[in-house]
Amino acid sequence: MEHDGELRAMGAEALDVLIAALVARGYDVIGPTVRDGAIDLHKIHGMGDLPIGVTDEQEAGRYRLAPRADGAVFGFSNGPSSWKRHLHPPQTRLWHADLSGDRPVYVSDVEAPARPMAFLGVRGCDLAAIAILDTVLAADEHYQARRQNVAVVAINCGQAGATCFCASMGTGPAARSGFDLALTELVGDTKHEFLIETATPLGTSLLAELPTRTATDEDLARAAAILETTRTQMGRTLETAGLKEDIAAAAESPHWQEVAARCLTCGNCTMVCPTCFCTEMEDTSDLTGAHAERWRHWESCFTLDFSYAMGGSVRHSPASRYRQWLTHKLSTWEDQFGTSGCVGCGRCIAWCPVGIDITAEAKALQAEARP
Amino acid sequence: MDTRGHAPASLLPRPMRVARVVTEMAGTVTIELEAGAFAFAPGQFVMVSSPGVGEVPISISSDPDDGTPLALTIRAVGATTAVIAAVSEGSWLGIRGPYGTAWPDIPEGDLLLMAGGLGLAPLRGAFLRALRAQERIGRVILLYGTREPGMILFDRELLGWMRQTRAEIHVTVDQAHPGWTGNVGLITTLLERERLDASNTTAFLCGPEVMMRLSARQLAALGVSPSRIHLSLERHMACATAQCGRCQLGPLILCRDGPVVRHSDVGRALGIAEL
Repeated sequence: MEHDGELRAMGAEALDVLIAALVARGYDVIGPTVRDGAIDLHKIHGMGDLPIGVTDEQEAGRYRLAPRADGAVFGFSNGPSSWKRHLHPPQTRLWHADLSGDRPVYVSDVEAPARPMAFLGVRGCDLAAIAILDTVLAADEHYQARRQNVAVVAINCGQAGATCFCASMGTGPAARSGFDLALTELVGDTKHEFLIETATPLGTSLLAELPTRTATDEDLARAAAILETTRTQMGRTLETAGLKEDIAAAAESPHWQEVAARCLTCGNCTMVCPTCFCTEMEDTSDLTGAHAERWRHWESCFTLDFSYAMGGSVRHSPASRYRQWLTHKLSTWEDQFGTSGCVGCGRCIAWCPVGIDITAEAKALQAEARP
Repeated sequence: MDTRGHAPASLLPRPMRVARVVTEMAGTVTIELEAGAFAFAPGQFVMVSSPGVGEVPISISSDPDDGTPLALTIRAVGATTAVIAAVSEGSWLGIRGPYGTAWPDIPEGDLLLMAGGLGLAPLRGAFLRALRAQERIGRVILLYGTREPGMILFDRELLGWMRQTRAEIHVTVDQAHPGWTGNVGLITTLLERERLDASNTTAFLCGPEVMMRLSARQLAALGVSPSRIHLSLERHMACATAQCGRCQLGPLILCRDGPVVRHSDVGRALGIAEL
């Protein structure tokens, strides 16, 4: 725990009070919930919607839910969705136009959600991903309209998966910044509690409504031990020293061809990635031609259309498309936006249908650069 | 004029009325727009849309300083450009921008412009600026290559410049037909004949990427500093506001860091296939 904010403790059941307090303030609470065999991020109405007593088992190309006996609320690691889905939705209408008169009338569709969103259970890796999107999409009016007024309740991660490597990327497992409240789940044989810490005036006013007690030194020691355990649970590492330069220098490595022999160019990694932001524009009109709309939707650098220009695709080979993705994540993102594009959440590893592992491919390229 | 970072973030087009459509050649038109006050610099581009059809990046071919209307030269190559190139006078297009980097200010020494095909359009404003500056600068050389004599862009204007200005203008075609008495061959063959004062030359290049890559390499071999060779690059652009990720070339986001870039900044990237 690295914050100076006020630290309190509350019984696990008080999570319901927190959700109710957020709803009473007008928020739509978005949190983890079991849907279609995965823990996904959707609107929740109470604690009962959370994946209590559910965990996940993840490996390269594998994701399965499983019960856990201790009844933990946040006893799982990342599911396929990230908060990107709610901040930078898969489809956004940018504007519509009335073409019925002599002169077309364009109307912007920039708008904030009817109710502001409160994100419940954001881990360190995903807090870092939101901070990255804040930078990348700083000038995007549509993103900013959704992003403004988002309340964030973070969770200090108590369950890392085999595909996780946030400790390598310096983004977790502790929640460092970018939240109003941060929780640490303390699951014991007799007591099930949350440590709760506030970082903003909104967090402080929410905390005041919760049935809490003062946190003890013992609580703090348990929270620190949980983070230490989480660190050791991570099944992946990535050496970041010199990584940007090594990947940039590897542009013509034969290793890209080796990965391409396995890569299906399906784009799953870009869909589940919490920072992949690329989009396509699409114009539509009704049958009369009196009404037109422009939509923006997620696009993946693994498609041929992505780089289509001048009568052909610039990145025709699968090798060039995988190179674009990995190089952007781990190298050129830094040139463009000042940070890595990878937060170590491990989603791309679990959700790759053939189990391609960004950490293993980066290591292979690093080994070539420094034999 | 460095306009980087000044582009409006709004993705909402401005409706502009088409004042005039000039057919340049089969499938290629120059569209003049009633743009009102519209500040831009030669080399920049706009996003042009036909509502309900689609949107494409098009470089500006007019001169910002001579009082002429905003002009866009468009060739029908796909579904969207085919609709836009077929607009009639009095109809409306949606315009966003201007976006991207411009050609540098006209330098003191010799200026070499090399254009391939439609690449003459974004160089037109820079060439006209250079003509106006000719009293204080060195040589103004325009080398232009295109597929065949019938595909010479701005052909009448080129003839006028050849006859009435001190600019040294040479045209070459890939394939001649009977009656063509000019040069035949790639634009690089024109470059071979120029006795350039390499240390005093700045080059602006716009055309197919392969033409720019070979020309830039040749210029560098002749001794022109790669930092004084400027290229206008093209990639898929969907937003033009550096938010869609489509126009990346290595570390560059070309709608923001380009289209005009220095060869010293992109030489390595252009040499890597499919980057």
